[in-house]
Parts: sequence; structure tokens; C-alpha cells
Amino acid sequence: MKFLKRTDLDCFLTAAAEHRTIYVPIDEEPNKSAYRRYKPRTPVSQGLKTTRSAKDFFFPQTENLVGFRIEDKKIKILDPRTEHEDFAVFGVRACDARSFGILDKVFLSEPVDTYYQNRRAHGLILTMTCRRPAETCFCTAFGIDPASPEGDIVFTETADGWYIEPKTEGGRDFLAPLEEFLEERDEGGAEEAKARTRETMEKLPLAGLKTDSFGGGKTKELFDRPEWASLSEACIGCGTCTFVCPTCQCYDIRDYDTGREVRRFRCWDSCMYSDFTKMAGGNPRLTQKERFRQRFMHKLVYFPENNGGEFGCVGCGRCLASCPIHMNIVKVMKTLSEGQDEQ
Amino acid sequence: MQEMMKNRAKALLADGTVSRVIGWRRGEFSYDVTPAVFETAEELERDFVFDAFCGANVSKYLIRESAKDGGRILAFLKPCDAFSFNQLLAEHRVRRENVYLIGIPCAGKADIDRIKKAGIDGVLGIAEDGEDFVVSTVYGEERVKQADVLAERCLACKSKRHPVYDELLGEEGEDLPDDVRFAGVAKLETMTAEERFDFWRSELSKCIRCNACRNVCPACTCENCVFDNPDSGISQKTAADPFEENMYHIIRAFHVAGRCTDCGECSRVCPEHIPLHLLNRKFIKDIDELYGTYRAGEDDGTKNPLTSYTEGDAEASVVRERGRA
Ligand code: SF4
Ligand code: SF4
Ligand code: SF4
Ligand code: SF4
Ligand code: SF4
Repeated sequence: MKFLKRTDLDCFLTAAAEHRTIYVPIDEEPNKSAYRRYKPRTPVSQGLKTTRSAKDFFFPQTENLVGFRIEDKKIKILDPRTEHEDFAVFGVRACDARSFGILDKVFLSEPVDTYYQNRRAHGLILTMTCRRPAETCFCTAFGIDPASPEGDIVFTETADGWYIEPKTEGGRDFLAPLEEFLEERDEGGAEEAKARTRETMEKLPLAGLKTDSFGGGKTKELFDRPEWASLSEACIGCGTCTFVCPTCQCYDIRDYDTGREVRRFRCWDSCMYSDFTKMAGGNPRLTQKERFRQRFMHKLVYFPENNGGEFGCVGCGRCLASCPIHMNIVKVMKTLSEGQDEQ
Repeated sequence: MQEMMKNRAKALLADGTVSRVIGWRRGEFSYDVTPAVFETAEELERDFVFDAFCGANVSKYLIRESAKDGGRILAFLKPCDAFSFNQLLAEHRVRRENVYLIGIPCAGKADIDRIKKAGIDGVLGIAEDGEDFVVSTVYGEERVKQADVLAERCLACKSKRHPVYDELLGEEGEDLPDDVRFAGVAKLETMTAEERFDFWRSELSKCIRCNACRNVCPACTCENCVFDNPDSGISQKTAADPFEENMYHIIRAFHVAGRCTDCGECSRVCPEHIPLHLLNRKFIKDIDELYGTYRAGEDDGTKNPLTSYTEGDAEASVVRERGRA
């Protein structure tokens, strides 16, 4: 199997960056990283997860869709679109890799979102296995194997480098000009690394988290459960959990009047916000309890109901790490499942 | 401390002084506690926790809780939480008669991010052992000095004294000197305007506009924030333009100037670790320098210098006189 030595990573990425833009996780401070455009000799983060997910590459926080300007009494339409550049994202974990499939179900079904579609078509996903999962990780609950991520090329990490397996045509093309940086190694090392990851997953505190109480068709059982009141009581209705989440997919479209032109842009929205369901006829979700319930019902019941049973969460644990009051999907699942056993 | 608090809470529930208790509920990994309202001794016994990770300021919840009928609610307040509460009281946002306050001493709260920064992950449990935390993890046992993982706001604590309470548990503390608290601002002041501009542009560019800083802030209690109100003309979730986006922080800092008690919640909750306290502390330091020392939340009688006029007030020309500092 092909192998990239840790010491050769910089040359490998530098050469790759000649063919397309490469984004890598960079440490902003210890244990906090963000994806940045790769520049030669910048150290790539060794951390497990970026604070923001990788969904930004396909579904950015804010993007200009179209602009309008009045010129000579005519409306001129401005095209700000830029999503046609080839790029690759390096170091994506299995959870985030799976999230793209979930977003695809939303953005690529009719009517297709062409902004998203273009970015997907131009982006390669270079995934990496997890050597040091965190206590907040529970991807395995959703059938994700962190030792065997999806993606165009899988990098299986060991102490001194990565075993490399291209999984798609795009992945093979990407590697073709980079062969000189790779060496041939017996694949036993890769198997060993994968086995270690799987062993660690079993020792994590959230190993064995059950999803049986959730899924399509559970709306009736779960919607009116009294526990929603206490689960949501401390929620401050920020959108942190939704914005760090790789699968949260809601957005708002607004016009920004610059004085000279109007820019129509879209930006992430959050079901945790009070105006999320505001419409001409009023607002059906009047308190934080209803908004809070929406987020978890969507991930655990409505999304699977509409998508052949697939859950809308990948267990990345970001909402566990970032919620200001430490309320999250795991606590919701445990509380509601417990109540169910008692019933 | 936890046992003392629990017992006191049970006693006050039993004798009818209060009908509810706001505190912190146990989590999954020992550091992830959640503010919660307890109504019975059994609930308290099962889930009430108080330890180094119970940093969340519960004062803001008292706006909602004190508006409810059905008896008083007991709240345990750290000194900084008591300053927040007092400020809310001054602004008539809480109903004092519906709250019973117990002031609790505070030696500083731990910041789990600082533990993780020390390279510790896979946390299974955290125990206090003398001056250390012993952290058991999937990867083995680790030790850190508690003093090394204190939250930023605790390193810069302004006072160990409670400006308001009904009773105190433990010893009352004293005010602390301000120099540590303002060191970060002083450093920013020595930068050139361009350096400072770049510093803030780079920090604020990380913002995901989750609004956690605003929603957690005990000074941000507007029924309808300007940023949520479509009629305000500046309502936004994120702006189309990144510079416009930065204005959110500047506007918010102006809105809470003179009312911010420096409780540190904004910086605590920011998922992007943006040092928001530096913005607010700059205002506090400027107010101190231009109008004389003023502490929001100190006493519900004193006047906020920004909303009261005296003849000696700084003139608008102060901006020019102080140069671009
Ligand atoms: S709900 Fe939480 S754990 Fe699930 S995918 Fe979103 S951020 Fe990750
Ligand atoms: S949730 Fe799973 S795939 Fe994601 S970082 Fe953790 S172990 Fe890796
Ligand atoms: S669950 Fe947590 S992160 Fe999500 S909106 Fe509520 S307080 Fe914010
Ligand atoms: S908490 Fe941080 S990321 Fe969220 S809006 Fe405030 S500054 Fe931005
Ligand atoms: S930012 Fe201003 S308008 Fe919004 S809640 Fe805070 S003080 Fe009120």
C-alpha cells in the first residue's frame, strides 16, 4: 500500500497545491483549529476536529447569491458567483465526511441548489482516520467507522505517517502527479492502526449510545414528552449548536442595501432563533421549548423519516463541546430513551 | 461546599422560604454541568452539583424565574454573579421579592478548554486532589495544577465580595486590585491604531455569529434586540459584508457600556475563543479614567456615568485630546 511519511507531508501538500487550492486544519491555539488555505511550511494541525465543521466549504456561513444595481433606469443584474474553483480539503474526519452525504440529500434533491452543487463538484475530500478520539465523539452510534472514513482519498494515520488509499477517480487523478512523494509499505501497519482506533472507540464514555428510541415514525411518541421542558429550560437560544454542526442546513435569504446596489445573500439560520418560523400569520414556535425540540426532533426523527432512516446527526460531538450550558443531543437521547424504558 | 449548599437548599425548601432552587445539574463527563431548576429534595440529592466547573452565571435566568408566580426561587451566586444580579436589579429586570440569594465564596472556576489546551483529551472524569486536578482519560491519567486552568475571568477577578445577598455561606471576601484585569487592555492601548485594527479584524473574522455572547450576557436583556428586529434596519444573522459583520460586536459593546459588570460570560461561551472581554474592559477602563471609578452592579443606588450628567463630564473633544489611543 502507498505510504506518505510525516516528514514528507509538507512537500506533498506543496506539490498538490500547484494543481488545486488545498485547505488544511491549522492550529489557532492549542487544541483549537480551523481550516485555512494551505501555504508551504505551515504546520498542519494534529488536533482531532476543527471548531467549525467542514460544511463551510460547500455551504458557507454567508454567500452573495446575486446583486442588483440601477444603471440608466435599468436594473442591472450582478453575478457574484465564485464557486467554480477546484479545491481539496485535507484531514476531514469520518463524521464530517458522512455529513456531506446528509447535506447532499437536502441540497441536491429537486430543486437542486446549484451553488452547493458546483462546490461539491469542484471539491475533493481527503479524509483521515482518528487516532485520538475525544470523549465527546459518538459517530459509531450512527454506524460511522472512524477507522474507515468515506472520501476521495483515505489517509490512515500511524505514528510516522499515513497509508493512502484513493477511493474515487478524482482521488486517483489527484495522486497521479504526487507519486514521487509516496513509498510502498506492507499494509499490516494500516490494519493495526485501524484496529487501535476501533478499540479506543469502545472505551469512550459514549460508546454504546442507543438510537433505538428514535427514527422515522416516532413523532407521536416523542413530540409531547414532558421531558422537553426540563431539557430545554437552560437553553439560551444561541445558535452555537446549529452553527458548529456539520449537518445543520438551514439558511435565510436577505437583501443588503449598500446604498448603491442591493446584494441578495444567504446566511446560516438556526431553528434555535425566535424569528426562525416567523411568518405573516404569526409564529408557531413561541417558546424556547418548541425551538429546542425542533432541533432534536429534526435530527432524530423527521430527517430519518424523510430520508430512508438515515439520522441527521453524525456524532461529531461539536455541539457537546461548544454549548454554553452543556445541553446537547446526547443528553436529549439519554433522557428520552430512559423515559421510554420506564413507560 | 456542595453538601452545605444542598443541605441549606433542602432546609429552605422544607420550611417554605423558597419553592424552587436554581443550581447546576450533573453532566456526562464531570465538567459539562447545566444550569437547572430543582423543585424537590430528591431532585437535589440526585442531580445537584457544585464544583470547579459550575461557572455559568445564573443571574440572567432570574429575570424569567422571578417573573413567575408560585413562591421564591433560591439562587446561589458567586461574587461576579451577584454584581450581575445587582445590575439587573438597578435596571428593574428582576423582582427582588421573588428571589432568595445565598452568596457563595469563590476561589475561581476551571476552564475545560484550558485543560484541553494542555493536551488532555478523552476525559472520563475529573477529581480535585489538593492543588491539582486529576483527570482520568481514555489515554491514561493526567494531572494539572488547578491554578493553571483557571478561566480568564477568574485570573482577572475584580472582587470576592457579594454586593447583594440574603445570606452568606462561608467567608466573605474583598475587592481585588484592577491592574491584572486591565493588563490586556493596556497592552492593546500601546499598539498603533493599525495594529489594533488588524488585531480585531483577525479575531472577529473567526466569529460564526452564533449570538452566544449576546444571549448569555446579563446586560443584554432587551426584549427584542436590534439585531433581531427587522424594523431596526440593522437586523442581521450574518452580514453580506465581513466588515459590516464586525460592527455587531462594536454595537453590542456600546450597548452594554456602563452596564457590563465584567462577569466574563461572553468570553466563556464563545466557541471561537474571541477575547470579547477586552472590548468591554476597554469601556470600563475608559469610564474609570474619564469619570472616576465606577462599578456596574456595585450598588443599586449609584448612577451610571454614561446616563447621568454632571458639569465635570468629559467633552466630546476628549477623543482628540487623548489622541488615537
Ligand atoms: S447534532 Fe451535534 S453531534 Fe450531531 S452532527 Fe450536529 S454537532 Fe455533531
Ligand atoms: S466523531 Fe468519530 S469520526 Fe468524528 S472525530 Fe470523533 S472518532 Fe473521529
Ligand atoms: S442547546 Fe446550547 S448551543 Fe444550542 S441553542 Fe441552546 S444553549 Fe445554545
Ligand atoms: S459567541 Fe463568539 S462566535 Fe458567537 S457571536 Fe459571539 S463572538 Fe461570535
Ligand atoms: S446588543 Fe444591544 S439591542 Fe441587542 S440585546 Fe444587547 S443591548 Fe439590547
